[in-house]
Amino acid sequence: MGRLRRTMLYVPGNHPGMIRDAHIYGSDSIMFDLEDSVSIKEKDAARHLVYQSLKTLDYGNTEIIVRVNGLNTPYGKDDFEAMVRAIPDAIRLPKTETPEDIEEADELITRIENQIGMERGTIKLMAAIESALGVINAYKIATASKRLIGIAIGAEDFVTDLKTTRSPEGIELLTARSQILFAARAAGIDAIDTVFSDVNDEEGFIREVRQIKQMGYDGKSIINPRQIDIVHKLFSPSEDEIRKSIRIIEAIKEAEEKGSGVISLDGKMIDKPIVERARRVLELADAVKVSYC
Amino acid sequence: MKIHDVGIAGTLESSDIIIHIEKNEGKGIEIELKSTVENQFGNQIRKVIKETLQELGVTDAIVRANDKGALDCTIRARVLTAVNRSAHSNNLPWEVK
Repeated sequence: MGRLRRTMLYVPGNHPGMIRDAHIYGSDSIMFDLEDSVSIKEKDAARHLVYQSLKTLDYGNTEIIVRVNGLNTPYGKDDFEAMVRAIPDAIRLPKTETPEDIEEADELITRIENQIGMERGTIKLMAAIESALGVINAYKIATASKRLIGIAIGAEDFVTDLKTTRSPEGIELLTARSQILFAARAAGIDAIDTVFSDVNDEEGFIREVRQIKQMGYDGKSIINPRQIDIVHKLFSPSEDEIRKSIRIIEAIKEAEEKGSGVISLDGKMIDKPIVERARRVLELADAVKVSYC
Repeated sequence: MKIHDVGIAGTLESSDIIIHIEKNEGKGIEIELKSTVENQFGNQIRKVIKETLQELGVTDAIVRANDKGALDCTIRARVLTAVNRSAHSNNLPWEVK
């Protein structure tokens, strides 16, 4: 199974203490932010700080992503120039609206990789979709570059673009979340959900995580380390799911040995999609080190 | 690189350092350091500041540093930012070793 991206922790790019401690909370990915969490006056400082930190600090196996400023801002190009050389796993492009946005970023990364003798394709891309136009173009965006590992919905800007606000039920995000998920799945990349801003509303957070997991999302952007364990727990298979999956895999093995294509377990037919889901549950259990003995 | 105006970078938050740099024509590099960990790391902080200035080709400057326990990479980043701001330049980080 590919890399887990259940939690992507935002770390403001101009806070040395947060940058130093970012990996101790155990999120699957860390996303250093040069965009909205950095004031206009501090863009240069954050760029230097994240560059020097990534060149020096060892974050182990945690995936490292940097959210840069868009290429239509005065800071975007310098951010790319610096961050490709800092060699994170991926660069996240904000406010992506068209496949051309991704193509432009891809070309820029390729040029810098060539310039410094780095293997082409080393630096991956993520696209954040934060507008109605971006959602409409989601599949084209998701397939615009081989560097893409995932697309994410950024809800705060998106609801502003829709001329509405976020609600506890999230009805205003339903279509966008679905469309982004479809685009990601059709393109074979990950789908990452938006942040949940009210860190004190644990009940609302749990409800939202359950919803996006059920929809099929791979993970969620996180703004507070307190949210990490909750997401990891909800994204881990339950003991019942694991036991059931083991029985399905055992049953299908037995059927294959007997030369039988279709089998039943507890009176229910077991066919290919069910076996595939069972395999995925066991792979996930293995990846998150859940014991199923 | 030549220091023109006063350049300041950093904050007084824990793990950060404020670097205040100004010109000191013909008089070399002078560093005034205040640090919460001066006894343990004062020399190392001065060394990182000096080395970063040398890599940038800054030969004359007065540096006032107020350290709150910054890592070496943070000190380097803040010196780079302060010098760039002072010199009105945009030397990107890889241009310094």
